Amino acid sequence: MTDLTTLTLAEARDHLKSRAVSSLELARAHLEAIERAKGLNAFVAVTADKALEMAEASDARLARKEAGPLEGLPIGVKDLYATEGVHTQACSHILDGFKPPYESTVTANLWRDGAVMLGKLNMDEFAMGSSNETSYYGPVASPWLPPNWSRERGRAALGSGKRGLLTPGGSSGGSASAVAARLCLAATASDTGGSIRQPAAFTGVVGVKPTYGRCSRYGMVAFASSLDQAGPLARTVRDAAIMLRSMAGPDTKDSTCSPASVPDYEAAIGRSVKGMTIGVPKEYRLDGMSDEIERLWTRGAEWLRAAGASVVDVSLPHTPYALPAYYIVAPAEASSNLARYDGVRYGLREPAPDVIDLYQKTRASGFGAEVRRRLMIGTYVLSAGYYDAYYVRAQKIRTLIKCDFERVFAGGVDAILTPATPSAAFGIGEKSSDNPVEMYLNDVFTVTVNMAGLPGLVAPAGLSNEGLPLGLQLIGRPFDEETLFTLGETIEQSAGRMKLPEPWWA
Amino acid sequence: MSVDLNTVRRIAHLARIEVSDAETPHLQREINAILKFVEALDTVDVEGVEPMTSVIPMALPMREDVVTDGDIAPKVLANAPLTEDGFFVVPKVIE
Repeated sequence: MTDLTTLTLAEARDHLKSRAVSSLELARAHLEAIERAKGLNAFVAVTADKALEMAEASDARLARKEAGPLEGLPIGVKDLYATEGVHTQACSHILDGFKPPYESTVTANLWRDGAVMLGKLNMDEFAMGSSNETSYYGPVASPWLPPNWSRERGRAALGSGKRGLLTPGGSSGGSASAVAARLCLAATASDTGGSIRQPAAFTGVVGVKPTYGRCSRYGMVAFASSLDQAGPLARTVRDAAIMLRSMAGPDTKDSTCSPASVPDYEAAIGRSVKGMTIGVPKEYRLDGMSDEIERLWTRGAEWLRAAGASVVDVSLPHTPYALPAYYIVAPAEASSNLARYDGVRYGLREPAPDVIDLYQKTRASGFGAEVRRRLMIGTYVLSAGYYDAYYVRAQKIRTLIKCDFERVFAGGVDAILTPATPSAAFGIGEKSSDNPVEMYLNDVFTVTVNMAGLPGLVAPAGLSNEGLPLGLQLIGRPFDEETLFTLGETIEQSAGRMKLPEPWWA
Repeated sequence: MSVDLNTVRRIAHLARIEVSDAETPHLQREINAILKFVEALDTVDVEGVEPMTSVIPMALPMREDVVTDGDIAPKVLANAPLTEDGFFVVPKVIE
C-alpha cells in the first residue's frame, strides 16, 4: 500500500473493513505526516499516545466485526471543542492551560463512532478571523504555495514568520490546512460567519456548515450563540457526508439543538439532480467582481444544468446588509459569551490588588487585538442608549434576510448557487491591520447563511488564473443537507477531483 | 456615528478590559471604522419587522425538574488559578 495519507476517508474506511490496513498503521502514517508538517503550524496539540491507544481499540473492534461508522479513522479536532483532559483553548492566551473535565457532544459522537483523535487544530482566536492570523499560536500556512514560489522559498518562509505564504483562511485555518495537506482524513471545524466554508474554498477542500441546530453546541467554546455551528472539513463531498452524519444529532444539553433524527447523508451522494431548481441570486454579483469568479459561477450553473437541474435567477434584496448586520450581532453576542473569561475559574490570571483590576488586567493581556476590537463593538452596541439603534435594528434586518431566503425557497428553488469567496487565498500579513473591515469583506458571500440559519456547502470548483483553488457555495433549505450533498457531488464530479499540493514543507 | 476618547474609555470599563492612554486613540479609530461600515444599515426600512429571536423556529424544550448532575466540585475547581477548601480564591472585592 502506498502513502496511506492519500486515501480519502471513505477509502480508508473500506480498507479497514477489509483488513487491508490496520487503524494503527493509519494512525502512525498520519502522526508521521503531522511531524513532517510541523512548519505549517496546523496543529496546536498532537495527542500521539491517545491516537495510538484509540487506534488499537479500533483494531480490536474491527477484528470482532463491531466497527462503528468512523471506526479507526484518524481525525483532527478544532481547538474550540472541549476534549476531556486535552488542550482546549480556542487558541487564546486567556485560556492558558485549560484542560476540560468534560467532552463536547460533537467530539463525543465521533469517539462513539470509533474515530481516532490525532490532536487539536489551530484557529483564529475565539473563532474571530478569516485568515487564522489572530491565533495566540501564530499563523497557519496553507499547503498551497503562492504562485511562482519554489519549494525552497516556501520552506525558508515557514521558519521565519510565514510572511508571504498563503493563509488557509479562517477561523478554521488549522483544520483546512491539515485536511488539504493530508495530515488527517477529515477535521471538525466551526462556522459563525463563514469559518468552515471560506477556508474550504481557499484550500481546495469541502466544507459544510449545517443548519443551525443540526449539531449540538455543547462543549464548543461559544463565540456567537445564535450563529455558531459545528461542521466537517474533508477532501471529498462523500467524506464530509460521512463525518456530518456522526457529528450531528439531538442533544438535551443544548436547548438550541434540534431533536430531529439524522438522515444517512452518504446515501444522498450519487442521487440525480434532475428536476431540481437552482437559484442564482443577482445581489451576489458584486461590483468589481473578478472575471475568474464570475466565470466559475457561470460554469457551476452550467454543470448543474447539464446534469438535469434547471437554473433560475432569484433575488435576495437584503444581501448587502448581511455583513454589516453580522458585525453588530456577532460582536454583541461575543461580548456576552466572553464575559466569563475573568481570571477567576480557569485560564490566565494576572496579578492584581483587587478583583476589578484582576478582570481588567487579565482580559487586557489575555485577549488579542481582534477579540478586543469585537468585544468593544459588542459592548457598545448593547449599551444603554444604543441597544435599539444598533442591536435591535440589526436583528430586524436579520429577519428580513431570512425572509428573502424563505420567499425564494417557497417559489420552488431547491438550492442557491453562489461564489464562496471574493478571491483566492491571500498572503499572510497582506491584509493591512489599519482597517479591520478589509478582512471582514472576505465573509461577504458566507455570512448571509449564518444570519438565516441555513445549511451551506462549499466544494472546490476550479483554479484561479494563478493556479489557486476556488470554491462554489450551495445554500439549502433548513435541514435539507441531503440536497446539498447531492448537488455538491455533482459539482465535484463536473470540476474533477481537486489535485492537492505535494508536500514541499519538509 | 462615531465615538470619542471618553466613550472608548467607558466601553473599555464596561467590558472590563484595561486600555492604556496610549492605546485609546488607536482603538477609537478601529471602532469608528467598524461603526462607519455598519452605517449602511441606517437606510433599511424596518417598520413593522420583528427582531429575530430564534433563527430556526423551535420552542424551548422543557425537562423534568429533577437533579441529574452534581457532586463534581473537584472537576469544577480543576482548572482554577487559585483555590482553597473548595472555593475559588480572588483578590479582595471592594465595595
